[in-house]
Amino acid sequence: MRAISFVRQFVEVVLAIVIAPLFAGWIAQCRAWLHNRSAPPLLQPYRMLRKLFFKDVALATDASALFRATPYVLFGTMVLAAAIIPSLVTDLPLARVADSIALVGLFATARVFLSLAAMDIGTAFGTLGARREMMVGFLAEPALLMVLFNAFLLYGSTSLPSLVDGYRTHPSVIDPSVIFAAVAFVMVALAENARIPIDNPSTHLELTMIHEAMLLEYSARHLALVEWASSLKLFNYACIGFALFLPWGIATHGADGAGAFVVAIAALIGKLVIAGAALALIESLSAKLRIFRAPEYLAMAFLLAVLGLLVHLLLGA
Amino acid sequence: MLLSAYDWISGLTDTLAFHDLHFMLLLVAAWMILGLAGFLRPHSIRFVARMLFPIGALVCLSVAILAGVFLGSGQGPQIVVLPLGLPDLPFHIRLDVLSSFFLLLLGVAGAGISTFAAGYFRTGEGTAPALLGLQYHLFLASMAMVILADDAYLFMVAWETMALTSYFLVTSHHRIPEIRRAGFLYLIMAHVGAVCILLSFGVLQGGSWQFTFDAMRGAPLTPFWATTAFLLALLGFGAKAGLVPMHVWLPEAHPAAPSPVSAMMSGLMLKTAIYGMLRISFDLLDIRFWQWGVLLLVLGLFSALFGAIFAAVQTDMKRLLAYSSIENVGLIFTGIGLAILFETSNMHLFAALALTAALVHSLNHALFKSLLFLTTGSVLHATKQRSLGKLGGLIRRMPWVATLALIGTLSIAGLPPLNGFVSEWLLLQSFLFTPQLPHAFLNMLIPLGAAALALTVALAAYVMVKFYGVIFLGQPREASLVNAHDANWLERLGLIWLAAGCILIGALPQLALRAVAPVTGKLLGDTVRPSSTVWWIAPIAQEQASYSGLILLAGIFSVVAVTFVCVRLLAHGRIRRTDTWDCGYPWQTSRMQDTAEGFGQPIRHMFGTFFRIERNLPSASDTAPRYRIYIEDRLWRAIYLPIARGVQKLADGIGFLQGGRLAIYLLYSFLTLLGLLVFVL
Repeated sequence: MRAISFVRQFVEVVLAIVIAPLFAGWIAQCRAWLHNRSAPPLLQPYRMLRKLFFKDVALATDASALFRATPYVLFGTMVLAAAIIPSLVTDLPLARVADSIALVGLFATARVFLSLAAMDIGTAFGTLGARREMMVGFLAEPALLMVLFNAFLLYGSTSLPSLVDGYRTHPSVIDPSVIFAAVAFVMVALAENARIPIDNPSTHLELTMIHEAMLLEYSARHLALVEWASSLKLFNYACIGFALFLPWGIATHGADGAGAFVVAIAALIGKLVIAGAALALIESLSAKLRIFRAPEYLAMAFLLAVLGLLVHLLLGA
Repeated sequence: MLLSAYDWISGLTDTLAFHDLHFMLLLVAAWMILGLAGFLRPHSIRFVARMLFPIGALVCLSVAILAGVFLGSGQGPQIVVLPLGLPDLPFHIRLDVLSSFFLLLLGVAGAGISTFAAGYFRTGEGTAPALLGLQYHLFLASMAMVILADDAYLFMVAWETMALTSYFLVTSHHRIPEIRRAGFLYLIMAHVGAVCILLSFGVLQGGSWQFTFDAMRGAPLTPFWATTAFLLALLGFGAKAGLVPMHVWLPEAHPAAPSPVSAMMSGLMLKTAIYGMLRISFDLLDIRFWQWGVLLLVLGLFSALFGAIFAAVQTDMKRLLAYSSIENVGLIFTGIGLAILFETSNMHLFAALALTAALVHSLNHALFKSLLFLTTGSVLHATKQRSLGKLGGLIRRMPWVATLALIGTLSIAGLPPLNGFVSEWLLLQSFLFTPQLPHAFLNMLIPLGAAALALTVALAAYVMVKFYGVIFLGQPREASLVNAHDANWLERLGLIWLAAGCILIGALPQLALRAVAPVTGKLLGDTVRPSSTVWWIAPIAQEQASYSGLILLAGIFSVVAVTFVCVRLLAHGRIRRTDTWDCGYPWQTSRMQDTAEGFGQPIRHMFGTFFRIERNLPSASDTAPRYRIYIEDRLWRAIYLPIARGVQKLADGIGFLQGGRLAIYLLYSFLTLLGLLVFVL
């Protein structure tokens, strides 16, 4: 283990923390343009965070320690996830700590903590949000696992860096199952990150909100951390998608000098710009589903992923 | 008899070879003595609970240490023949790696449960303290003897003792009719299962009429008889483990028992069934078929999904945990099924991985399910409520119990970096290798199995958020809950022990892998790769998959700490306590939170076909509207009630023979004799 890989690891984590709010800001900008509105500046999420960090926390009298600890736990798990996902290089010392299944588990930990915190004060909205979040979560998680199983069948590993390395050493593999898996992954990513068509990040309509309902009692620095963690989660999902389906530009094991590193950063930013615009386009083109239709949507994602597996096995047999 | 006892003792003194198994038997005897010692002061809860139970916990700990040392030493099996039992069938006792792994599990979890029980039992628990102590310690001793038995006779004696002592423990509060009913159902199912196991042993002896396990190992069985023995064992042990559709007793009996007993039944007794299944299918039978693996896989996955779905709609906290036990047993059986599938295809390494997953999950389940059942006991004592609809907000009244229950909740929900995740990770890893199986048709179906597994695991998290959120978080749903008190120090100690186990295996899963390795090595001839460093586990190969609970745990803690310090240094720490905001709605009451029914509603909605639902909706003009919903297991009406009706009808049909007149009975005797004479002549 060389010292340089620790430096790269550190740079990657810091970059993730810094870029994540920008990515959210970029999506908001794209959405505004598509809606024919004048867009907020790219740095708006940072201004928001700064404002929140310097406000006083208004904490409900009934809030327990769990409620106050959750924003830190959320932020911590998301930063750790960012350290494991190979967004720039595959030679990450921390990547061996958790493979992609453990990564899914890490996301589940964050979800469970947020849901518990939402139930802590005992408001009608909080429990409602927690219930819906857990519902979306338990349907999305198996679909995501199936996508990862598919990747395992292609490259024989559940470790994301090994997947990227495997893809780069056998770039000829264009399996039809990848298309199924990619569609399923996008659907899951939309649902897990509280985007349209499952949830709408920009409304507080009680009939439909999921994620926002859980955050209602948070304020100031707690809210800032939760929001930051949410944008990190979106960033992480984007990077998982890049690692699985668009691994070009990521500096692979053995070919990761300074030049490759710079290329990797440029590639990542390029991919994020395109992904953000695509996400805004999907969100603008689709309507939000009724909450009762959410299971159907997620079941479809799940079945697509399973179909991908079957296609791979049929073709392979 | 006396002579052989004398020989045995003199043989001992001659060699002074007092090995592990003798110590183990002494410890089992110590439990029995502790049970009897309660009768010195039969009505003193101080003596029986506060003094004898902690000693019992120490015995548990000694059993665990002894079993652990034996596992680590890599010795061959040790055998003792006790001059007890039938004249020409003495008790054969054997300690090998499989039994010592399960004794380790029994000891570790039992130590926590006994410590908790010492603080838990109060006067007026229904049964007299001494009787309770006797039943409790006999229950422990009989479970140990089931695991140590090396002949069918001793196995069945211990198995029956286990069933009966647990029956009496379940019916501790025998004045309540529902508890008597639950106990009766348990007794019937236990005996149906025992008959199946007995028949299975009958087939296994293979015509030699030798009932020692050694004779059974060598008995040549045709594929047909081997399959018969396997299926009978599956029925018998499945009934004890709560495999669907033999699960009906479990959600009735586990909640009825006092909480430490529920913990023992769910955490430990179910594992004796797993042990029995492993002993018969991997040790006593020397051939296996891949179809057995498919059967176990299907039954296991279905039980797991079924248990998780039903747990999600429960409104009684202990019933919820009982259904969750069905789920976990299903996961364990899935692992065993996969192991058989791989093993019959000569993929021993993957078989070892699947079996490792099953065994580690058994150990984990013993820890976190005991922990959660015990916390429900504390909640029950503090609030007198079992219904989730009448709890809430206990994190503020019972911080100790709430914190420890949170650890159990996160573990059982399968979240990293705690122990539940480790075994689920191993199980998912072993599923990944199923496409390499040489059965083309099976390969198509197994992705669906993996999908069902993933769904179950995710659903378990839903269930546990409901469990924890409704009991410990939110506003108290009853005014009386403000008087709830925290657990006493003995109870806390027991809970801390179990929670520490969850964290330890979560952070250092290689400990569990190391304990399991001799077992898989013995049963399958291969073990998963021992970790090259202490930092991570990589059961097959480093580049394939690796996981490190310790670094993950340390990572989360350090990032959280750094974030906390940064926020404090760069911003400020000011906090203003205010009223709850809730979008500016000031008239919040505790009844506006989700109820347990409400939280389970999406599951009821999505998996409606699993349930039989009766719903009473009030009409618009109702002056006293009541909304009632009643959810039942479909299998109850589909399988059990027809059987019960059939038995009833049969009994009614035979009943006419009983006229109640002596002359008629004498006539029957006469006719029987006549019939026999005809037969003989």
